[in-house]
Amino acid sequence: MPEQIVIIGAGQAGVQAVESLRREGLTGAITMIGDEAYPPYQRPPLSKAYLLGTFSRERLFLKPDNFYREAGCDLILGTRVTAIDRAAKTVALTDGRSLPYDKLLLATGTRVRKLSCPGADLPGIHYLRDIADVDGLQDAFKPGARIAIVGGGYIGLEVAAVGAKRGLDVTVFETADRLMARAVSQPVSDFYAAEHARAGVKLYLNTSVEGFEGTTRIEGVRAGGVTHETDLVLVGIGVVPNDMLARESGLPCRDGIIVDSNARTADPSVFAAGDCTRHYGREGIEIRLECVQNAIDQAKHAVLAMLGRPKAYSEVPWFWSDQYDLKLQIAGMARPTDRTVLRGDPAARKFAVFHLRDGVVVAVEAVNAAPEYLVGKKLIADGASIAVERLADVSVPMKQMAQ
Amino acid sequence: MPKVTFIQPDGTEQTVEIAVGWSVMEGAVRSLVPGIDADCGGACACATCHVYVDPAWAAALPPKSDMEEAMLDFAQVVAPTSRLSCQLRVTSDMDGLIVRVPVSQH
Repeated sequence: MPEQIVIIGAGQAGVQAVESLRREGLTGAITMIGDEAYPPYQRPPLSKAYLLGTFSRERLFLKPDNFYREAGCDLILGTRVTAIDRAAKTVALTDGRSLPYDKLLLATGTRVRKLSCPGADLPGIHYLRDIADVDGLQDAFKPGARIAIVGGGYIGLEVAAVGAKRGLDVTVFETADRLMARAVSQPVSDFYAAEHARAGVKLYLNTSVEGFEGTTRIEGVRAGGVTHETDLVLVGIGVVPNDMLARESGLPCRDGIIVDSNARTADPSVFAAGDCTRHYGREGIEIRLECVQNAIDQAKHAVLAMLGRPKAYSEVPWFWSDQYDLKLQIAGMARPTDRTVLRGDPAARKFAVFHLRDGVVVAVEAVNAAPEYLVGKKLIADGASIAVERLADVSVPMKQMAQ
Repeated sequence: MPKVTFIQPDGTEQTVEIAVGWSVMEGAVRSLVPGIDADCGGACACATCHVYVDPAWAAALPPKSDMEEAMLDFAQVVAPTSRLSCQLRVTSDMDGLIVRVPVSQH
């Protein structure tokens, strides 16, 4: 059994690894290094209840402080790893220390993708990834303020929903012809566009941001050839994986650290889990997932592999988004060529879109429809074939769908 | 602060204080109560914080939302007093609440 485990990154995957290492019987030492000032915390509420102000900071933390003491985990915060020496099996820290490892877990997550258009560095332009980002946004995020949101994905739309609820004047600019195009199908995009419009959010689809205007701080957004006055800007145009350390140490990376189905990198002593990885998903296609589920499950599999009991990772990915009183729950990975089946009526604000490939259920997007989501997830895991007419028939309860 | 007692499948009891306004799940996680996975962190999206409320308490708790009801319908080994502990917001009236932790959340 390894004596010395080092985890780079103190987020969802890192903390799951600590918990699983102890649960699986590791007796050796664990060190976890994080570059933020805070111990591991939940990111999903940041763009939802934490921004809204109904969820205090202390509730974000994934574990109480004594968890780390009791787990014998040396938690080093506010510190970066500057290099991995795979030959010597050590990591170098910004504080000058060098830590030896038997097994290393890279759980470095992602960072926001930044805009580089003219004026992109003006004060008043915000990104949203960590606690400090939201705290920095809070002062200007006040009723009556005009906010321009760049990007109609999960982050942008969750902030739009919170903004509308808080009484801000919200405008969203999206380059694609529909919202959340990377994550959901057309009917779900259309439904959310209507919901945001109903809440007073102004949506500009097919509209790229060309630049920002302002003398000492942001005053306007230039998009689609027009300047829109604004008081603040939130940019949510995706994230990029933190794979630099791995790359510099010679590990194969391709928009993410390449790992196998046991979360192993090309180096038998180095593992990686969470948003920073690119792996062969359960469909055998290279994929990089940005979600809590992947952080938790991949970390569990990394731990098993570290302890010499590898078990292939094939869990169905799942995601959720809260906007207004709508809960969007997604399981599986859809492709544009899948056949889609609508179940329920979007007008009733409760429906689901199933995706089938060769008759097999491969993904479900459910809006305020937990049975569709939960049964759908199980059908996906089982590789079940369900007749399209049956799936679409709301008189057949989801519970009976698998029978 | 209201006290909530968690009983493990092996009978082990743990009584923890939970701030008013927090969820029973958050209190359990904060006090390292085993068996409450709460993967989604309380978004009512994963059904891994399932508990059995002591029958004497079941009627005293606020009713389930449609979403909680639906999620519970598909949790493991559901009982009449099953709840998702992330949806149980602690009030001062809940001092003394007793819940049982299931054998597994998955």
